[in-house]
Amino acid sequence: MSRYRIEIRVTPRKGILDPQGKAIHHALHSLGWAQVDDVRVGKAIHVELDADDAGAARDEAEAMCRKLLANPVTEDFEVYQVEEAGA
Amino acid sequence: MKAAVVTFPGSNCDYDLYKAVQDVGAEARFLWHRDRGLDDADVVLLSGGFSYGDYLRAGAIARFSPIMDDVVAFAKAGGPVVGICNGFQILCEAGLLPGALIRNASLKFQSESVWMRVERTDTLFTRDYAAGQRLRIPMAHAEGNFRADPETLKRIEGENCVLFRYVDRHGGASPEGNPNGSMNHIAGIVNEAGNVMGMMPHPERAMEAVLGSTDGRGLFTSLMGALAAGSAA
Repeated sequence: MSRYRIEIRVTPRKGILDPQGKAIHHALHSLGWAQVDDVRVGKAIHVELDADDAGAARDEAEAMCRKLLANPVTEDFEVYQVEEAGA
Repeated sequence: MKAAVVTFPGSNCDYDLYKAVQDVGAEARFLWHRDRGLDDADVVLLSGGFSYGDYLRAGAIARFSPIMDDVVAFAKAGGPVVGICNGFQILCEAGLLPGALIRNASLKFQSESVWMRVERTDTLFTRDYAAGQRLRIPMAHAEGNFRADPETLKRIEGENCVLFRYVDRHGGASPEGNPNGSMNHIAGIVNEAGNVMGMMPHPERAMEAVLGSTDGRGLFTSLMGALAAGSAA
């Protein structure tokens, strides 16, 4: 068993209206970043857990996303990073 | 009619809902989210509020409360279930209703009275309304923007699952009449089986003329009448 630090990213699904992203997009344009084409706002969830290896840790994280962390109707998820913690 | 109102940590419309069902003559009782069993309820109601602080997503954590196993089993067996505001969000998260409710297009928490139109009168929940009737009902939410993928939306419309649509004061489904950006102006839906409904506006806050509207009463009298007819049959 080792301890793993996992970063999960949950983002609004493409094609789903993202009102926060739209508001930030608008603000960036107002501040002069006219070249900004698209902004989407999601969340990063950091989880620490014990698992046999990195693959098993990733599998657990994906199961968490499917069950709780992301809503499949409106969000996509990605287990972005799995790294061994400590030492 | 025995009506059970479920309280989650963070529910704040549970007393209003309790009072509303009592007002139309039901025998009301509260159930706590950690309870098991539904205490012989004929109908289960999930109230508005901010269960679990709306953390992660509105309704996402409440949907795993112990009592939800019983609510899901009750619904699957054909028992009537009503979700209002946060209750609607919980029913969507639990998969009892299709779609999802995301942040209002305005990005704001909106507390205002809205108009909505009754789209169906052949359900347990709407039989005391007239087809096309306009109702004045308060809403108070930040995440009421109804979303579904194109196939799901097509099925919702095709199966006639829309109960209430936001309209303007003239009864038209215009952009001005849509307070939160909901797809197809959807304010409330029912499942295909017809026993589970969810809506974002608050009929339990439209029970007394002195508070501005009695347009919410019809939902509760409909349920009461439908269940009385059912038990007599």
